[in-house]
Amino acid sequence: MQSLVIVAHGSHLNPESSAPTYDHADTIRATGAFDEVKTGFWKEEPHFREVLRTVEGDEIYVVPLFVSEGYFTEQVIPRELRLDGWDVAEWDSDGLSADQATLVAEDIDREVHYCGPVGTHRAMTDVIVRRAESITGDPDVGDDFGLAVVGHGTERNENSAKAVAYHADRIAERDRFDEVKTLYMDEDPEVDDLPEFFESDDVVLVPLFIADGYHTQEDIPEDVGICEDHTEGYDVPAEVDGTRIWYAGAVGTEPLMADVILERAADAGADLGGALDDVRETTRVATGD
Amino acid sequence: MADSTSDAAADEGAATDAGDSDGPEIPEIDLPSDAFDAVLDALADRSDDDPLRFEGFAVVVETDGDDTTAGEAVYRLETAGNGPLTELSERGLHAALTEHAPAVTDWYVFEHVVGEFGPRRAFLRWIEDADGETVDARYAALAEGIERAWGELRITATITDRGERRYDVRHADDAGVPVDELNAYDDPLDARDLVTLDEKGRYRPLKTAPSLAGGWVFPDLGPRDAYEAVETIYPATVANWHREREGELDVTNWRETMARQSGIYGVVKTWDRGEGHEHVNWVAEACCDDSQCLKRREWEYDDETELDVDGGEGVFPCREPCSVVVSAARKWTKLESEQPRTYEFELTPSEKEQVEAIIDAVADGRIDDIREADTKEGANRYRTRFLRAKLFDDEGNLAGVPTEPDGEGEE
Repeated sequence: MQSLVIVAHGSHLNPESSAPTYDHADTIRATGAFDEVKTGFWKEEPHFREVLRTVEGDEIYVVPLFVSEGYFTEQVIPRELRLDGWDVAEWDSDGLSADQATLVAEDIDREVHYCGPVGTHRAMTDVIVRRAESITGDPDVGDDFGLAVVGHGTERNENSAKAVAYHADRIAERDRFDEVKTLYMDEDPEVDDLPEFFESDDVVLVPLFIADGYHTQEDIPEDVGICEDHTEGYDVPAEVDGTRIWYAGAVGTEPLMADVILERAADAGADLGGALDDVRETTRVATGD
Repeated sequence: MADSTSDAAADEGAATDAGDSDGPEIPEIDLPSDAFDAVLDALADRSDDDPLRFEGFAVVVETDGDDTTAGEAVYRLETAGNGPLTELSERGLHAALTEHAPAVTDWYVFEHVVGEFGPRRAFLRWIEDADGETVDARYAALAEGIERAWGELRITATITDRGERRYDVRHADDAGVPVDELNAYDDPLDARDLVTLDEKGRYRPLKTAPSLAGGWVFPDLGPRDAYEAVETIYPATVANWHREREGELDVTNWRETMARQSGIYGVVKTWDRGEGHEHVNWVAEACCDDSQCLKRREWEYDDETELDVDGGEGVFPCREPCSVVVSAARKWTKLESEQPRTYEFELTPSEKEQVEAIIDAVADGRIDDIREADTKEGANRYRTRFLRAKLFDDEGNLAGVPTEPDGEGEE
């Protein structure tokens, strides 16, 4: 019996935090690729400490819904899941290449395949592009458009910026957008000065965050200047200093994220049948025709 | 031969019914084909010395089948009191089992529908006391409806004429309300939306807080979905309850939990200074009381030191300080590192009592219950605004007394 466990941060304050986790779990459940799909949280329930005891299967894939490798994926999650003998060296990662480690979870005395975070998977690049398509409503968006991929920055975790740069580079190589830049919240180049970094009149701004919350709905919109006060909301697009900014909100809310979760599990050995194709099809942006 | 065996089985069934004639009525149960097929499948894997056991009888494959069956399997049904029914063809077995339909469908429900998974199986058996009551007693009770409480939930188990279990899951406050007056759901995952906000529309960060809103019902769930609905509304509570029943609940006490914390929560361990555990009593009284959380607190200060406050009466246990407690403890660790100071305020006796009334009202979550014009209540809004108007200076200092003695660093 094959089980998927999606683990995410969650929130004590914001009910929207867990919404993408549930949405992607539902998308994957609908494919039937797993006998069960469970969700576990750091700040909600079931907690990381208790989620595995709700799991029935014997082939268990744990996928962290986090944007980068770091404190949560390397310390908190393995500790709270009680992965026996966990050592970050198991991943042998350069900060982007964590794939999976198979360890016994003491809580249930069964092996689990502990996967790298979704945010550093190569398939995440496609989700960022898809996010640009859905916010503009244009499945072919690219010409005459700039793309800004925005991350938290390195203040707490240098891998956070690595993930942002990795995907931005991959998108730039595709020559789809006129310009692709990385911007950060708490370091240069700062998202506050977005119009200075782009020549394009239209720029899609995609924050590399899992859920909409304080950073994506309050901080960034105000810093960028698409609104004075986040409580009043913002237009998409909104013009700032002559640049039309298409603010996409957290990339993690994009339905195609379910695909990255599946890719992580597949890389760790999960048998998915046609689920990947299913998810890519069902989460497609409508052309509007 | 088929006739004689079926008559014999019928007699036995009649005898069983007659024996219970004084008790609650056992419903008429048909033997569904999926249950009978499951019996055949289970028997196909067994040898003649490995009977398939049901309550009150067992079935074995007679491998020494007689020539008249032309190679078809032949079965024997053994009961405790009466002689065995031998040389049953598949049809004969069906007839015999039809007379035992309650026991066969009961076996089918738990072996094939509910399955092995420990928490789910234990929970669904607990609902109808399957490990304490006979099939007949349970079927009679299920026909009337068996009600169970789980946190703020009311779960009502019933049975169909095919022996299938059906479950109605709703808020206990909605007990007895007709289904068509409630919002009805059939997908247990829909419960995620029902538990997100309380009845005032506020986010519920703790699923086991006694603030579950009502007005909804899952009127007709199967066993697996009933379990899923309960586990969605109160995550991991069944799993932990099950472990506790098995004597395997892994309790992690306060000190061990805090010692494990890292990052911004690492500071909490510094709150334990080897000067007693009163601070943890306060935390438990603040957060873990039954008025705040329906889990029954089983964790203590440490292996040797029990807390002095009550752990609560909940059905399901709390095995370690939760993330809400850890987060709050982080705040208290910082606040409690401050040294007390002596401030001098002048309050009338009624004002002192009013301050106490305000604290009580906030702590007990009663502020919305205090009527707008009820100025007898200390925590009444007009009373409180009057107190502020009278006692606060322009900087918001109580009685004009600055927080810092030199008037700097307020806040």
